[in-house]
Amino acid sequence: MIMDNTPSSTPVSKGHALVQQLKMQWDRIANNRKVFPIVLVVGFILSILVPRFGLVNEYVQLIIIYIGINIILTTSLNLINGYMGEFSVGHAGFMAVGAYVSAIFTTKLLPENLLAAFFPLVVLAGGIGAALVGLLVSVPSFKTRGDYLAIVTLAFNMIVKSVIENIEAIGGPRGIPGIAKLTTLPWTFFWTVLAILVIRNFVYSNYGRGVQSIREDEIASDLMGVNTNKVKLLAFTLSSFFAGVAGALFAHVLQFISPKVFDILKSTDVLIMVYLGGIGSITGSILGATAYTVLLEVLRPFGMWRMVLMPLMLVLLMIFRPRGIMGMSEFRWLIPGFDLYAIKYWRRKKEVSSGTPTS
Amino acid sequence: MALLRADHVTHYFGGLCAVSDFNLELESGELVGIIGPNGAGKTTVFNLITGVYKATEGSIHLDGQELVGRKPNAITQLGIARTFQNIRLFKDLTVLDNVRIAYYNWLKYSSWESLLHIGRYRAQEELYTNKALDLLEFFKLDQFADELAKNLPYGSQRRLEIARALATGPKLLLLDEPAAGMNPREIEQLMEFILWVRKEFGLTILLIEHQMRLVMGICERLKVLDFGATIAEGLPAEIRAHPKVLEAYLGEGGDQ
Repeated sequence: MIMDNTPSSTPVSKGHALVQQLKMQWDRIANNRKVFPIVLVVGFILSILVPRFGLVNEYVQLIIIYIGINIILTTSLNLINGYMGEFSVGHAGFMAVGAYVSAIFTTKLLPENLLAAFFPLVVLAGGIGAALVGLLVSVPSFKTRGDYLAIVTLAFNMIVKSVIENIEAIGGPRGIPGIAKLTTLPWTFFWTVLAILVIRNFVYSNYGRGVQSIREDEIASDLMGVNTNKVKLLAFTLSSFFAGVAGALFAHVLQFISPKVFDILKSTDVLIMVYLGGIGSITGSILGATAYTVLLEVLRPFGMWRMVLMPLMLVLLMIFRPRGIMGMSEFRWLIPGFDLYAIKYWRRKKEVSSGTPTS
Repeated sequence: MALLRADHVTHYFGGLCAVSDFNLELESGELVGIIGPNGAGKTTVFNLITGVYKATEGSIHLDGQELVGRKPNAITQLGIARTFQNIRLFKDLTVLDNVRIAYYNWLKYSSWESLLHIGRYRAQEELYTNKALDLLEFFKLDQFADELAKNLPYGSQRRLEIARALATGPKLLLLDEPAAGMNPREIEQLMEFILWVRKEFGLTILLIEHQMRLVMGICERLKVLDFGATIAEGLPAEIRAHPKVLEAYLGEGGDQ
């Protein structure tokens, strides 16, 4: 006897339908290219309105700023660990350089009444300082790769920390206290969007493809004419620039920095966000950084259990979804239009030139 | 003047002599094969020509320019492209990106233009993306353009590797065991394919192969290596009957 399939009443399939529904919604958001301008405009307006009218309390605003900073850190580290396929564990080192350079400007060099006006330049200076250091670190990457380069970046992080600890002029191990709170929601939004767009543009360019080919097969990449040294130098410089920017923003929201803040644990935090979101994905970095920052706050009531629950979740994620949330895939609205439609354009152009429309 | 000229090239791995006193002159448009038993140093010769290894002694010239001491990407820019014995595509990138990466040196825009997608970026990207797609169409791979390279069937991967090599704009193409893993019928097709590619792109080809059928069928000249030394060279028919070649392949006393 043939059973009639009427599964809609069973609870199992109800759950299944809900998952389907959620998946459809997710795909709609992921594929709709109109989302991008909407996010930009609405985000910008909200970033001004929220602090102005106190739409959410100070604590939530602070968390949003941290999410922004973490997105910048994660996206920039993903360029090295995800797109280039190296394993950098010293991202906090670059962040420290950015934080210290900018904090020296705002606490020692600039007059107090000019601070707010000069803040964007101060952040830029932090980024440039970190980028110069990144340029130096890229040199060992020409010859070294994999585990060995990881050790180099680890050592770099330690060097930065102990150098700062030993310079009395910038507070030594005590750090720099009393930094003005200049990092506002609009500025965080601006720098986050800038970091995402610039890194995305880089990835979807000749140089970005070169970076990815190094991950796939460095020797083949070299033999196909890619100037691997130049491409590595660009990737490291760009990555450390935005780490420096994040450091500068971080210093001016925390209002106190010391070498201890930028130790290897901070680097580990960024690594976790990269692998949680998924390597080789800018969408992943955004989602990973947001999820991690929010989860840490949500789990705060659990007290010391927080640091058990969070790693446990990571372990489970790595077992069941080792590629992270996104892993090598991207929301369509984050891909530059030309790249997304290149094949379609080419087909259309051929149809026009041959004058015989196919299909 | 010869297109490629290798003079007394010798290479040591530590104390082991991998290639000794290798000489080669390739005229423009020739199709020459290098054969020899496993471990004879054939691939090492390719690695020396393309700059993966730096020759311990000797010199290699392309169009009169010294290659020894140059980096692989600089040598590629001078006009040598190659494929690999075990396919080395950029597996997790799309077929289109695999070819576009090989256009790296042709795209002329600065890193600043790449960061902001301004200036020459758009025009250059469009030009070379279309070129890449034309090339893929030429190799009947355009329908896979947005597929990941690792998802292609084996034969298509081999073709893609050649397409990728050609995108660098070479004068000389080095093929490292193009027939590896192919059945007799596929080898037949490959032979036609190689001759067709040579004609269409005006190439000089140097190839390494184990499949005697292919080597004897299409190569105009052959060079035989054994333990790093050149033991014979000449026309395919001469090589077939050469006593030293028989000895290297079949062992001593092959006349019994």
